[in-house]
Amino acid sequence: MSDTILATRNLQKSFGALKATDNVSIDLRAGEIHAIIGPNGAGKSTLIGQISGGLKSDAGQVHLMGRDVTALATEARAKAGLGRTFQISALAMEDTVLENVLLGAIGATGGGWRFLRGVSGDRDLNARAMEALARVGLAAAKDTRCADLSHGQRRQLEVAVALTLQPKAFVMDEPMAGLGAEGSKAMTGFLDGLRSEAPILLVEHDMDAVFALADRISVLVYGRIIASGNVDEIRASAEVREAYLGESV
Amino acid sequence: MIGERHVNLAVLAGLVIVPLWALWADEIFTITLTTRAVILALAAVGLNIALGIGGMVSFGHAVFFGLGGYAMGILAFHAQSYTPLQFGPLSLAGTKSMQVIWLVAMVTSALAAWVIGLLSLRTTGVYFIMITLAFGQMFFYFAISWGSYGGEDGLSIYVRNGFPGLNTLVPIQFFWLCLVALCVALVVQWRLRTSPFGLTLNAVRQTPQRVETVGLNPRKHKLVAFVISGAITGLAGALFADLNRFVSPTMFSWQLSGELIILIIIGGVGRLMGPVIGAAIFVALEHWLGGLTDFWHIWLGVILICIVLFGRGGVIGLLTGKEGPHV
Repeated sequence: MSDTILATRNLQKSFGALKATDNVSIDLRAGEIHAIIGPNGAGKSTLIGQISGGLKSDAGQVHLMGRDVTALATEARAKAGLGRTFQISALAMEDTVLENVLLGAIGATGGGWRFLRGVSGDRDLNARAMEALARVGLAAAKDTRCADLSHGQRRQLEVAVALTLQPKAFVMDEPMAGLGAEGSKAMTGFLDGLRSEAPILLVEHDMDAVFALADRISVLVYGRIIASGNVDEIRASAEVREAYLGESV
Repeated sequence: MIGERHVNLAVLAGLVIVPLWALWADEIFTITLTTRAVILALAAVGLNIALGIGGMVSFGHAVFFGLGGYAMGILAFHAQSYTPLQFGPLSLAGTKSMQVIWLVAMVTSALAAWVIGLLSLRTTGVYFIMITLAFGQMFFYFAISWGSYGGEDGLSIYVRNGFPGLNTLVPIQFFWLCLVALCVALVVQWRLRTSPFGLTLNAVRQTPQRVETVGLNPRKHKLVAFVISGAITGLAGALFADLNRFVSPTMFSWQLSGELIILIIIGGVGRLMGPVIGAAIFVALEHWLGGLTDFWHIWLGVILICIVLFGRGGVIGLLTGKEGPHV
């Protein structure tokens, strides 16, 4: 479809005899949140790795804005417009909150090769970073060391770093992980508003959040997409119920 | 606790006051000792950029120190013996000009760092340590076998090289020259650390996967930092050779690589003045304890163990109460 921002076509990845992803084809369209759900070990993290470039696929393609980015490295995919957050926070723990977000701003502006001008004196970088922090509600904590943040704040910071890139599409790996009820509700509200800026491919275990946010859901089991559709269709799917036996679908 | 800025200013003041006192007291040997500390600090500033900011535990930085030394030794040897330096069909004259020697030392070391970095930075952790050590040993044994330039016996230079407007044979004048070089290197280290490049490099040390996902290349940043680091350590090697008027394969030795790491750990890894404090303590121990016993390294080991166990930020960390970066 013409409004498809991010697409995978027949992605495959095996680790020895184990097929972690098996012919996975998904689309992420403008303005939507497309959730990927599945039991533990279903291949969700592998799929995210293949899409973001951290894992090399055995077969298949990844397209971003109609461009085949399969052969590109992670940093090139980020430059092409892919913003990623991690399941386990990958932040510079010794640095301040602001420095973590500045890293995103440096990446977004291609400023990693500036040697002489101090970061603190660069208004554009700081403005971009502070805007992202303000949006996730962390502006007041800008001088706090990342290691001193709560788990929930680290999740917010993960999203803030991705925001600085102003990506064409977000790939978010369990942004609600470890958040309490309040934190999860706040993050859900934030992501709901974010979809109009860039669509979100959301891997998430929090089913309440998924059902509240997702326009479409794809269910991954043993590396294969077994069902794809809107919330009602997924709820009604017998195959999904069977895969999730004992879980709250 | 003391602010790090105050510690830094006190160290700089000490670097000026000690030689001035020595000059006033006619303690020329103290000036030479301080010069030695300043040059070792310069070499460690180079390593600190790679190790302290970039997290690259190079156990082969003596390669660049030795290359700087041999750049000086070879150029000065050809100048003093009035023989040309043959590069295939090219025939070049030697020189006693420090500026030319420094340039050659830094370019040669930077080129070597680029090649070594290109190969070594494909690895991380203990493999990186081992591969840099292996390069160091290769250069060490090559220097031993290089009979044209003294082989195992090394190469003596009769007169210290010259610098316009200075009499470098006067110890205090040579000291000021080395101190200026150190200050320039410290400014470079400080500007690098506070620049977008430095912030990125510091993040590469902590979370390379994050750096990739914001569109930056961790390995290229590490390589550039390694090259800058090698060039600075190479300059230190040229000055060290000029201080002693002698170069030998020991400038390439793994012990020297290890000592540079020890200097940084004692002073404070990744701290601006960490290498300076470490070098000052090292040279002081070497002189005073070395006068008491040949086995003074035992006490250096005790200090190192205490700092690693109880003061992760080195001496600066102990003074300021702030732990340093984790490498």
